[in-house]
Amino acid sequence: MADTAVKTHREPLFHVVKRDDMPWWKAWAIRAATIVIAFFIVGLLSAAVTEKSFGETYSVMFSGVFGRLFEGRTTMLWKYLQEIAILLCLALALTPAFKMKFWNCGAEGQALMGGLAPIVCMIELGPKLPYPVLIAVIAITSIIAGAIWGVIPAIFKAWFNTNETLFTLMMNYIATQIIAYYVYLKGGGSNVINPVEYGNFPAVGNNNYFINIVVVAVITVIMYIYLKYSKQGYEISVVGESQNTARYIGINVKKVIIRTMVISGALCGVTGMLLVAGTDHSININSVGGQGFTAILMSWLGQFNPFIMVIMTALVVFLRIGVSKVADTALLNSSFSEIMVGLVILLLVGCEFFINYSIKFKHSKKEARV
Amino acid sequence: MDKQPAIELKNITKRFGKVVANKDVNLTAYRGEILSILGENGSGKTTLMNMISGIYFPDEGEIFIDEKEAVITSPKDAFSYKIGMIHQHFKLVDVFSEAENIVLGLEDGKYNLKASTEQIKKISEQYGFELDVDKKIYTMSVSEKQTVEIIKVLYRGADILILDEPTAVLTPQETEKLFNILRRMRDDGKCIIIITHKLHEVLSLSDRVSVLRKGEYVGTVNTAETSESELTEMMVGKKIELNIERNEPHDTIDRLIVNGITCVDRMGTTVLDDVSFTAKSGEILGIAGIAGSGQRELLESIAGLQHLSSGEILYLNPKTDSIENLRDKTPMQIRNMGVRLSFVPEDRLGMGLVGNMDIVDNMMLRSYSKGHSMFLKRKKPKDLAMKIIHDLEVVTPSASTPVRRLSGGNVQKVLVGREIAASPTVLMVAYPVRGLDINSSYMIYNLLNEQKEKGVAVIFVGEDLDVLVELCDRIMVIGSGKITGVVDGRTTTKEEIGLLMTKSKQEGESDNG
Repeated sequence: MADTAVKTHREPLFHVVKRDDMPWWKAWAIRAATIVIAFFIVGLLSAAVTEKSFGETYSVMFSGVFGRLFEGRTTMLWKYLQEIAILLCLALALTPAFKMKFWNCGAEGQALMGGLAPIVCMIELGPKLPYPVLIAVIAITSIIAGAIWGVIPAIFKAWFNTNETLFTLMMNYIATQIIAYYVYLKGGGSNVINPVEYGNFPAVGNNNYFINIVVVAVITVIMYIYLKYSKQGYEISVVGESQNTARYIGINVKKVIIRTMVISGALCGVTGMLLVAGTDHSININSVGGQGFTAILMSWLGQFNPFIMVIMTALVVFLRIGVSKVADTALLNSSFSEIMVGLVILLLVGCEFFINYSIKFKHSKKEARV
Repeated sequence: MDKQPAIELKNITKRFGKVVANKDVNLTAYRGEILSILGENGSGKTTLMNMISGIYFPDEGEIFIDEKEAVITSPKDAFSYKIGMIHQHFKLVDVFSEAENIVLGLEDGKYNLKASTEQIKKISEQYGFELDVDKKIYTMSVSEKQTVEIIKVLYRGADILILDEPTAVLTPQETEKLFNILRRMRDDGKCIIIITHKLHEVLSLSDRVSVLRKGEYVGTVNTAETSESELTEMMVGKKIELNIERNEPHDTIDRLIVNGITCVDRMGTTVLDDVSFTAKSGEILGIAGIAGSGQRELLESIAGLQHLSSGEILYLNPKTDSIENLRDKTPMQIRNMGVRLSFVPEDRLGMGLVGNMDIVDNMMLRSYSKGHSMFLKRKKPKDLAMKIIHDLEVVTPSASTPVRRLSGGNVQKVLVGREIAASPTVLMVAYPVRGLDINSSYMIYNLLNEQKEKGVAVIFVGEDLDVLVELCDRIMVIGSGKITGVVDGRTTTKEEIGLLMTKSKQEGESDNG
């Protein structure tokens, strides 16, 4: 009877075992090694596609990002910092929501709405209001616009437990179409709003982006403190980890969800303001350019820690600019740099697997039997 | 011995990360016997059995079935070796009938419910199961569901049966019924392996006992030649006293009066039906009942986590001598009213604590909102964490280790420690020793007794009737959301409580009929 059940040996070649004992320095060594390997692969692929030498590729990449830094010209560097600031600001905006396990995929739309408010103010109120008042109105309205776009899905989540991922994604499309309609209204058929001269953030020392960078730097520090040392930050963590515990301890879960999404949306709104009033002085449906989605990855790769996010965004923006410069020299379009950035992010996410799991090959048994 | 070995384990080792769940375990089970695997929680019993039933694969060592080496990489493999495991948590489709659940997933090409039903009936008759094959799972009691699980593995031809803590959810009467069935299966030549940590069950049921301690195999003894104290010593590694002290309560006054509360859940089911009782200061009130009879809802109602459709919960404040109604108050409001109510919920990491936070941050849960500052003050919670680690002998690398990394006993010490540190006047604990080793369990009983001495009204929801009758001053029995009786802990018996546990259900059934 039992004979029919006998099976041939088919041991698994290896199996995957969960680990959570890796010291932090080792984990970071793995991440650093991954970044080095990623850069190497990007260099190899870029060299292959552009038919340049390996070294030349890197030099184009670095000079593409930093420009003639060593000759005392910092224009390129400021541009680099500015792009970091925008991506970082979106990642920071998403982080409190993510810590609460509210998957806000609507940074794109929230930032667009936050950008719509300033452009409306600049066009409609620009000629009428004194400059400081105009700037204040721009700041307040963009924060409110972003917050509204963020809080709508939160209200539905808190009361009807709707799926926030789908809801926030849908809100993106609505925001995009509103922007498209406004551009159509104001663009006079050309579908372009010419840069508006009112309500632009002032240049500091000949540098147009200085204010943007300072604002985001301040937000970074505040966000770090808020999440780690404030009572509200603590409530966010508790609600994110376990709503049951939150209820048990007397936290008003609905209130926390709504408050946190107001903050998240408001910060996306700030990003929109930095883009419109601080950078482009105009708006179109691609103003945010998909960075609302890249920011999701930045927040995760930064492990919800604002300072690690600075490093991750710096890395990704470096690749985005650097590789596109390499691509330019070979008459490739920007898709190539997007592919490379995607590849590097994939590698960075993939390396987390080796930090959280170890692979065991089976051999001890065979030895034992000899 | 002329018995034929059904299954042999040789040098089985299994690691999870740094944790060694099983180390060099050797074990033999014969046909026609009941073997108990005895060990404290966390001693690796379930891990070992999961390797036999194909859920885990051993890191080292071999498994022999009928003296031939076997490689079991999936539950399907286990079935082909005629191994059937009955898990602690049942894996049944609620809206299917018994027969449908039993044939579900079989790949013999034909679906003939009628023929299958006949065979199920034959098996049931053979071993004495009493069950209607057409009954749907969602209408069944826990014990009936367990029966379905057992018939399911028998139907698939299993002759090595592994039962993981089968009596944890049963009343004494149901347990006895199950044991009779298991004995009949043994006499039929099947090999029965039962995982348990209850000594008296081991002694009354099994032929031999194998003991595991901290993942290591300690030894096997014949049940007839052993005693409770020898087994405990094997299990714990040292001699310990198994007596719970129980002092006469003194200066008792009514502290919490629950008056006719009714609670209807979101599905429209009445989970608490006109429940009334009084908890007195300086005594331990036990609550017994089949799992899911409304115990959780009752405690949560008092803690302000359930919406009640009627009734009142009156708290007699010892400081002001005023009477407060806690009904429809949130936990925060209850705390702000000056009601010193502590609650150790059943789901420790999912409700009482936050698993990913460290001990300090978990201490802070109770106190963080105090004061007007926007920022957290970690000094006091940190001191409290250090004090609890020291006083309750919590084994942890540091106060900043996430609590989910601690063992079950240490998690519970952290939670109970925090709740007691709030110096409560009412302390509610739900299944406080579930999953704890013997030493930690006794520490918890002692803490509860200390609180009782201090004049706290302790409400203890338990599942182990032996403990309830040893520890509690009064025991209230709940069945299907109704109070079916309150008995004196000093004079009652397990059997009496067991009957009360099923009382309301029988009444309900005869009403319907």
